[in-house]
Amino acid sequence: MTAPLICYAHVSKSFADGAGARVVAVDDVSLDVADGEFLAIVGSSGSGKTTLLRLANRLTDADAGTVTIEGEDVRNIDPVGLRRRIGYVFQSGGLFPHMSVADNIGITPRLLGWPAGRIASRVAELLALVRLDGDGHRHRMPHELSGGQRQRVGVARALAAEPRIVLMDEPFGALDPLTRDALGEDYRSLHRQLGLTTVMITHDMTEALLLADRIAVMRGGKLLALGRPAELAESRDAYVLELLRTPRRQAERINTLLPGAGAA
Amino acid sequence: MTMFSDPRWTEAASHLPDYLGSHLRVSLAALALGLVTSLPLAILARHRPLLRGTMLAVASIVQTVPGLALLALFYPLLLALASLTFAWFGFDFSAFGFLPAMLALALYSMLPVLRNTITGLNSLDDALLEAARGVGMTPPQSLFKVELPLALPVIMAGIRTSAVWVIGTATLSTPIGQTSLGNYIFAGLQTQNWVFVLFGCVAAAVLALAVDQLLALIESGLARRKPLRTALGGAGIAALVAVTLTPVLARSSTTYVVGAKTFAEQYVLSQLIAQRLHAAGLTATTREGLGSSVIFDALANDDIDVYVDYSGTLWVNQFHRKEIPPREQLLAELKTLLAKRNITLLGALGFENAYALVMPRKRAEALGIHSIADLATRAGSFSIAGDYEFFSRPEWASLRNAYGLNFRTQRQMQPNFMYAAVAAGDVDVIAGYTSDGLIAKYDLVVLDDPKRAIPPYDAILLLAPGRAHDATLQPALRPLIGRIDIGAMREANLRASGNNANSSPTSVARWLWQRIEAGH
Repeated sequence: MTAPLICYAHVSKSFADGAGARVVAVDDVSLDVADGEFLAIVGSSGSGKTTLLRLANRLTDADAGTVTIEGEDVRNIDPVGLRRRIGYVFQSGGLFPHMSVADNIGITPRLLGWPAGRIASRVAELLALVRLDGDGHRHRMPHELSGGQRQRVGVARALAAEPRIVLMDEPFGALDPLTRDALGEDYRSLHRQLGLTTVMITHDMTEALLLADRIAVMRGGKLLALGRPAELAESRDAYVLELLRTPRRQAERINTLLPGAGAA
Repeated sequence: MTMFSDPRWTEAASHLPDYLGSHLRVSLAALALGLVTSLPLAILARHRPLLRGTMLAVASIVQTVPGLALLALFYPLLLALASLTFAWFGFDFSAFGFLPAMLALALYSMLPVLRNTITGLNSLDDALLEAARGVGMTPPQSLFKVELPLALPVIMAGIRTSAVWVIGTATLSTPIGQTSLGNYIFAGLQTQNWVFVLFGCVAAAVLALAVDQLLALIESGLARRKPLRTALGGAGIAALVAVTLTPVLARSSTTYVVGAKTFAEQYVLSQLIAQRLHAAGLTATTREGLGSSVIFDALANDDIDVYVDYSGTLWVNQFHRKEIPPREQLLAELKTLLAKRNITLLGALGFENAYALVMPRKRAEALGIHSIADLATRAGSFSIAGDYEFFSRPEWASLRNAYGLNFRTQRQMQPNFMYAAVAAGDVDVIAGYTSDGLIAKYDLVVLDDPKRAIPPYDAILLLAPGRAHDATLQPALRPLIGRIDIGAMREANLRASGNNANSSPTSVARWLWQRIEAGH
């Protein structure tokens, strides 16, 4: 295995809550993400998974421990520059409502000072990659798009500056199941095709199993389990088994209802 | 059409370029200054609750100060500042007119912009701010590319509110010497020229609406990314700015500025002086509706060149003299006092406009009241009315001390309405003006002042220090010296208080000159 691209070593982070007490969001987590890997972080809300993701591009800074990106301690990297070289897909898109699709996609390259011609051809290329070419989508405003289209633009925007790493915060959570599946599959092939390293947050174990190479399970700020699906299945942790029970039951049910579904 | 055949409409329209231009100039300058100050302040304060609270509180307090008072306060403030800069750095600046008006209006404009900018920026969706950081924006980039554009509609709403406020309030800058559409309103109220009042109000309202609509055009152009709209709105504002600048270029430096206080007689006399200067081939403009405390300083600072004041007013209010010498002696001493400040007392016009206690003739006779001394015995059951400044003037204190006057009640009234009020018996006595034509009209009587508690008030022509040796100005004005008797002035004032085509100060001044000429 190649050297880890993202590395968390004994990382902790706590926040002040409204009442003046401190809430531990991430509690002594150590985790490596290999180059080219697709890692899903699964957990319920409040498990600390979003905070863990935000530590990677310094949207927030750790209280203790070290986060390294491509071997470099993030504390030594200018946060703005760091964020420009890491793609980030936000929950329900996070598109700027006053900018067209093309302007949203081209924002990071523009911040990086790319020449206009290069940005335009990159935008066209990305629209094709996320299957939004044709139809003149580039001049539309975000409010003129469907939820799925918005999220496709969100993915295109994250990829615009040709990052090696993409962080995704529940990117497909708000979509209807069909769109969600199509988008998940499309992203998975982009991940492979572009040689990306992806960390995706989800509360849906089924989605994690279908898309990710490895799955990290978080609860109460702690990393409960980490491994390939088959490795997770061997876990003795009740919560991990509980999380796996739903997809397993769904799969069995679908197999009985749709003969031949499990043949592949 | 008969309504518009009234020459007062034509006269009102003839002032429009000057009044509107000056009004626009001071309003737009104030708005620009207000924006340049409040936008950065709002941006700075949005994440600092203490600063934000303090700033909004201060701006709200400023807003509660009546516009007229705020404008009036800036004049002495700047005068003091100007004398400080002169003492320390050897230069001073004019505290009259444009500068105090612009500063006060700018201060006035700040609250809506501050409040809306802070609200607009602070109510943005956190997810979008996070997205702005996430795509790699620096804080300034996030501010200019995301936060300000998204908060723009709310900010523009604040700017539009503030524009309408400033344009409306700018009508109050007339008393501190800034020509504005308020000149119509102040002059109209004082001379009961409702055409002027209406004209001023409508012009200010139309101007406010026009600027508001241009700003709305810019706003919608920016919000919907329609550059043409933005450009049209911007061009409209630019055109307004251009219009305001042309009169500045056109103004010749040799123009004489004639000042006038806020009452009808002063409007008539300033027009009379201006007409005399025109007749002598000089150019003259009038600066009317100036507060009595502003006008003297304005003359002393060469902000205006000539105006008519009253000997007793200067003696008591300006030079704080307690003793009251006989008329001629007071005039001579006043001339020396003024000369020390390089102000020329060119001469007395020939009439007095004194404060005097006035009551209906029949009632006075029935009660056997001939003098203020007679009145004093009955004052306890009488009410008295005076203009807005009378009861705080030294003359009132001196009257009360000399005669032991103690009235049951005292009221302040718009001078125009006092005479009718005393004639109708709403008040028993008024502190009127001896040159007022309404005294004869309502059959009122001026009570004697045997103890000479009220000083003489000869109308006198004063010239600014810069005009002391002006060889063209003085000959043009000399024909007025000693030529206006009390009868002529009373009738002129009566005519000016009428509400018809011939009652404009300009027409009355023309009539007065004809009468002066006919007298010789």
